[in-house]
Amino acid sequence: MSSKIFKMDKGLSVAVFMILLARASDAQSEQPWPSFQGPYGSGVTTEKIPRAVSEENILWEKELPGRGLSTPVIHSNKVFLTCSSGPEQNRLRVLCLDASDGQLLWERQFWATGRTVCHEKTSVAAPTPCTDGKRIYAIFSSNDLVCLDFEGNLIWLRGITADYPNVSNSLGMSSSLVVTNGVVVAQVENDSESYVIGIEATTGMNSWRIGREKAANWTSPLVLNPGVVELQSKSGIDAINVADGNVLWRYDAGASTIPSCCRLGNVLFVPSKGLTALAYDPKGQKQPEQLWQSSRLSPGTPSPVVNGETVFTISRGDVLTAGNVESGERRWQLRLKGPFSATPVISGNTLLAVSETGLVQSIYFDDEQGEVTGSLDLEDQVLASPAVASGGVFLRSNSRLWKLTDVTQ
Amino acid sequence: MRFDKEGNASMRYLSFFRCILVCTVLLEVSNTPAESLDANLNTLQSVGKEGFGNSAATVAWREVAAAGPRSIPVILSAIDGASPLSANWIRAAVDAIASRYEKLPVNDLEAFLADTKHDPRARRLAWELIQDRAPSRAAKIIQGMLDDPSVELRYDAVDRLLQKADSNKGSPAATELLREALGAARDVGQVKKITSDLQKIGDKIDLQRHFGFLSDWCVVGPFDNSGGRGFAEVYPPEQSVDIQATYDGKDGPVSWHQFLTADPYGMVDINKAIPGPGDGLKEVVAYAFTTVTFPTEQVAEVRLGCKNAWKIWVNGSLLFERDEYHRGMRIDQYQLPLELKKGSNTLLLKLCQDGQTKDWTKQWQFQLRLCDATGTAILAADRRQTPLQEEAEATHGELLAR
Repeated sequence: MSSKIFKMDKGLSVAVFMILLARASDAQSEQPWPSFQGPYGSGVTTEKIPRAVSEENILWEKELPGRGLSTPVIHSNKVFLTCSSGPEQNRLRVLCLDASDGQLLWERQFWATGRTVCHEKTSVAAPTPCTDGKRIYAIFSSNDLVCLDFEGNLIWLRGITADYPNVSNSLGMSSSLVVTNGVVVAQVENDSESYVIGIEATTGMNSWRIGREKAANWTSPLVLNPGVVELQSKSGIDAINVADGNVLWRYDAGASTIPSCCRLGNVLFVPSKGLTALAYDPKGQKQPEQLWQSSRLSPGTPSPVVNGETVFTISRGDVLTAGNVESGERRWQLRLKGPFSATPVISGNTLLAVSETGLVQSIYFDDEQGEVTGSLDLEDQVLASPAVASGGVFLRSNSRLWKLTDVTQ
Repeated sequence: MRFDKEGNASMRYLSFFRCILVCTVLLEVSNTPAESLDANLNTLQSVGKEGFGNSAATVAWREVAAAGPRSIPVILSAIDGASPLSANWIRAAVDAIASRYEKLPVNDLEAFLADTKHDPRARRLAWELIQDRAPSRAAKIIQGMLDDPSVELRYDAVDRLLQKADSNKGSPAATELLREALGAARDVGQVKKITSDLQKIGDKIDLQRHFGFLSDWCVVGPFDNSGGRGFAEVYPPEQSVDIQATYDGKDGPVSWHQFLTADPYGMVDINKAIPGPGDGLKEVVAYAFTTVTFPTEQVAEVRLGCKNAWKIWVNGSLLFERDEYHRGMRIDQYQLPLELKKGSNTLLLKLCQDGQTKDWTKQWQFQLRLCDATGTAILAADRRQTPLQEEAEATHGELLAR
């Protein structure tokens, strides 16, 4: 059964890959990076990334007006980025920059209406925004949720802590947003008052609200299929229908509350008991099937990423492990220079990992091994995961944004 | 709080004057109908909870954001009395207008800034617009803002003094600058830095008093919190506080003890007030009680730092509760507006400790202060002198029951 799933997926993924590759070669086409895990929810892009990264790859860098560890979101050659500033980080900022040269196109600021207390390592601009190609949706640790169009016009605002006063976490909130079928999904879970809220993308009104387990949770939801979103928590995984918030299926063997899932086709890779692969029904009409479970693929803080053949995790000990997507068997391991918070990105046979000290490492891999082919020291703390679009890799620290390009292009 | 009857009444009052301002400005400089701007600002002021009013606000926002720069002071004045959410709608419109024009009405903005009756956030935004277009003017203005109602303006004014002190480091002038800065500083980070510098040259600083931390508490416990159920359990102190009483506790009868804290930041360590074996008590509840007396009623904030689950009652009414354990603690972690009445006010805290066993989960403590919205201490008329360490320790374990 499991090999059938992968055979079908393999065929499909090769076809999809070829189409996307053709599109990527077209200078006019552009693949966006619309949310935390990228266009496929896998950390994979068809855009080129530097195969042997070095200082030569820096196209430009810009100073940022505030802190943040949210991933940049990129669409229509625009980079959307969140920051927070001020002694209490209560000034919330949404920036829009030209992806070509980093010029600021517009900025909107807001005052935090919820609590801005968080651990000193994180910041109020921790969650990654998302876009549906028309609007940008940005949430902050203070649970202020902002919707703007691509020209910076304010469409709507929400203050989720103003609505539900105990929705907060003294260490900070970090769950990123997703949007699908006209519904923005905000997973605001914590020890005291936990919800997942489906919000109408056009009006900012609640479509539905689900009470969730009172437990801190820093993971992000993931779109499984249009209209279906998975929610990760310490209890496991719930797949919900965003039309009504109803649970379609549940995996209840527990899951991490820090690294989030990634997916390939209809297989979900869950940070649970190491790493667990679940084959799910795209319509959500039956329970998922567990394909394998591997304690050797246990992720640390970064979320797993997956390309056509291989799933990758970075452990707490800074070891990059490549596993076979079909069996979960370990293919190879490589110790990197860490520590890591950021989730890596993959293009073709190159993976880019950026450490907390700002060391970008490019790893070229095949089925048998991986090797570090280059490195670039950004000399700044980087906790944010990279985004890849508009012909480059976008990396941000608490003070700067860089665009790296593949100079061989 | 801003959606109640009083708030609406005050909004209407402000709206009348804003309408006059709008007409004056728009008749002179814009073909935007004054009534239209005022109506659109009213729409932005009317957004409510859970997205209520968003659709109308989307349309109104575009109209407001299309106004000319001379309208900015009028638009800023709509933040007066607005809810935090409405204030954000309005400020985003100001951002949009300001981004389109090189020249802004700096004189008008300065006049707006000078009027401290306006909302502190709106005044801060006015100052930032001046800073962006006329930096030297903004720098001059900030010098006079050490006692400003805007926390951010005050912060920058203090910061300017600190920079000046730093460039004169070691001189008598620097010491005077630091003392002046301390008098104005409300930000915890700034106060800590100034205090550290002044203490090195021998200054004695009463931080408990500076911040308004409460040091004199009555504490009782332990009650049972097995499985975290004690958070919801109503123990006798929640029904009425009688410091002479003895209750059935988790492990036998329990009575109220006095507990004074000499900690500069008002830390009350329940593990010292109610000593337990070894690593301290786990899965327990304690209560801390105090009274504060004021000559007049006043609006204030209770500011609490606590890493354990807690509830707080002021004058017998539950103000807020939080069921979270060991996710960190800091000064002013929770900021809770309240009204203090004339005379004696009671504060009762419920403090829950969970069953986690790791070393960092032993802490069972809180720090609480009373202040205004700027963080300026509100000191009770019956406030005792800040205790010395020996004096505080002498009270630990002292039974209040006679």
